[in-house]
Amino acid sequence: MQILKKAILTGIWFAVLTFPIMVVKVDHIEGKMVWRWENAGYIAIGAALLSLVWRYLLERKAMRRRQEELAIREPSLWNKILRDPKLIRTGLLILLLLMLILPALSSTYHINIIATALIYVVLALGLNIAVGLSGQLVLGYAAFYAVGAYAYGLANHYLGIGFWAMLPVGGIIAALAGILLGLPVLRLRGDYLAIVTLGFGEITRLIIQNWSSLTRGPGGISGIAKPGFFNFSMADVAVSSVYIYYITLALAILTIFVVDRLKHSRVGRAWQALREDEIASEAMGVDTMRTKLSAFALSSMWAGFAGVLMATKTTFINPNSFTFMESALILSMVVLGGMGSIWGVVLGAVAIILLPEYLRAFSEYRMLIFGAIMVAMMVFRPQGLIPPQFRRYEIPDYLKKKSAGTPEGAKEGN
Amino acid sequence: MNSELQYFFELVFSGITKGSIYALIALGYTMVYGIIELINFAHGEIYMIGAFTGLIVAGLLGIFGFPLLGVLAIAVICAIIWCAAYGYTIEKVAYRPLRNAPRLSPLISAIGMSIFLQNYVQLAQTSDFLPFPQLIPDFEFLDSIAYIVSSTDVVIIVLSAVVMTALHCFIKYTNMGKAMRATAQNRKMAMLLGIDADSIISVTFVIGSALAAIGGVLIASRMGSIDAYIGFLAGMKAFTAAVLGGIGSIPGAMFGGLVLGCCENLAAGYISSDYADVFAFLILVLILTFRPSGIFGRAPVQKV
Repeated sequence: MQILKKAILTGIWFAVLTFPIMVVKVDHIEGKMVWRWENAGYIAIGAALLSLVWRYLLERKAMRRRQEELAIREPSLWNKILRDPKLIRTGLLILLLLMLILPALSSTYHINIIATALIYVVLALGLNIAVGLSGQLVLGYAAFYAVGAYAYGLANHYLGIGFWAMLPVGGIIAALAGILLGLPVLRLRGDYLAIVTLGFGEITRLIIQNWSSLTRGPGGISGIAKPGFFNFSMADVAVSSVYIYYITLALAILTIFVVDRLKHSRVGRAWQALREDEIASEAMGVDTMRTKLSAFALSSMWAGFAGVLMATKTTFINPNSFTFMESALILSMVVLGGMGSIWGVVLGAVAIILLPEYLRAFSEYRMLIFGAIMVAMMVFRPQGLIPPQFRRYEIPDYLKKKSAGTPEGAKEGN
Repeated sequence: MNSELQYFFELVFSGITKGSIYALIALGYTMVYGIIELINFAHGEIYMIGAFTGLIVAGLLGIFGFPLLGVLAIAVICAIIWCAAYGYTIEKVAYRPLRNAPRLSPLISAIGMSIFLQNYVQLAQTSDFLPFPQLIPDFEFLDSIAYIVSSTDVVIIVLSAVVMTALHCFIKYTNMGKAMRATAQNRKMAMLLGIDADSIISVTFVIGSALAAIGGVLIASRMGSIDAYIGFLAGMKAFTAAVLGGIGSIPGAMFGGLVLGCCENLAAGYISSDYADVFAFLILVLILTFRPSGIFGRAPVQKV
């Protein structure tokens, strides 16, 4: 009863709270007000129901934490499947085969959408290096994406340089931009770094927008060349979109592979140590400056690659594609999937691009839902859809005997 | 007065007007940061909601033919009430469950909240520009200086000065203000001394949102149009002002707002107006890079 009363009160509170915005609407052309009383009812009922779900989830989360502290919780079935390497390998192989024969099965329209999703996979994995692995919150990621896209766009427009030459160059230029920004600001931590990168992102966009003599301003650059295949040009739209699809697929697979190897490399472990505790990792001999800078540079390099790819795919770029909302979109992919988890981030990127594409009815509410998801994820499941897994090192048997007296907890290091 | 000098004073006065609005919004950032060390990204959105509430209330009253000053007063009061309620609710939904989470979690939650609110207003109202009625009348006794500073500017400057003085007195001399300062200094210690930290944090959000609401209605009346996206840029600039003055410091936020408004206007007037926003962001990046503690702030001592 108490719970129900609280839910009803929450409903009323939200109905009153959203009254001016939801119910009254200014029709400035006719100069009168439009009243939408039904909205107040929807809000009240929706908020009351949501508050019940909210309270239930909060309670469940608290209960789980208690169980985890007592270590009585069994890993769920879902987790067991995720931890079985054999199942994962078979699944991935099937997925790869499907992706390879996809152009034969579906239309150009679907190929284009999936190629876009793959570009975002590359972007999200790149941002994951900075945000997920090394814990540096970058809010201006779209700037590096813009650097890559404009590097190719301008080089193609003024100098006629082709896609294949610019793909590595675009990545390198974006990485240099990352280092250039990184050098002065990396001694800042957490939220200050986030704000500086946000400021940098906006400055980049505003400069692109206002430097009309070079970048053609808000109108953007159009007619960017599609990639060629040796000496054949890919003029036909259908053929060229299949070709671009394979290029993005190859780049996405390369990104997944490289980021996975990086994660378990020396520098990757240094990143994760830095994320967990900067002071402790410094005390253990991690060169924080160099480690952060490498994370920044690699992260922006992938944004550069994705930018070149995006420019060639759409053949048109303008500054409006690189706003803060774009950065937030990529960040929400990383957050939704699970910061630091490679497959989680891939899933997050694919879900965020494909769901609105196929659920057209919701596309208007896309950003609204993303915002809500970001809040809800942080409150209920900060580790993401597929949480990152720490590598476990087993102590071999002959060592166990020697250290028989050590406590149980020492067996499982991260 | 020659025209060169007049142009300069025009720029300075409109800079001070803009700056006092930045200061009003910056106070919300700085108070919240002072207490829970969170950059409240959704604060710019509160300012935007304040402007929208003001517009709606003014539109309703306009039908009944209220006198202009009455409309202004009621619009401001309604905006304050609703924005305060928004601030309270946002804190409770998006930040309170994350009180003990790692530092990046509430920040991401705040970004999500900001995106949510922006799209909520855009969907419920409109994504176009809405004309905002001029709520501040032209005063006759100000006619003699009207060529440098309009009466709208005078009202904004005076009103924000009054509000900021009141806030200063509230923080300095009331029990609640004392409790707020104590919580900002050391939350655990304050709780041990019997201060309910959660309610102090709520009060901080309520006051910050109310200030942003005043700023929203006033600046909308000066600019003459609003849309659902004004919150982001204004929020960023106000945050710049808060950082400039030293985040966590209340006089710093006021001073930072004025300096930022003047700098931006002078740079736009004498160098290039296309790059006015670039200057603001450049100041933000430079200050954070070279003097993160700002003008009035103390450099944080890092404890291991």
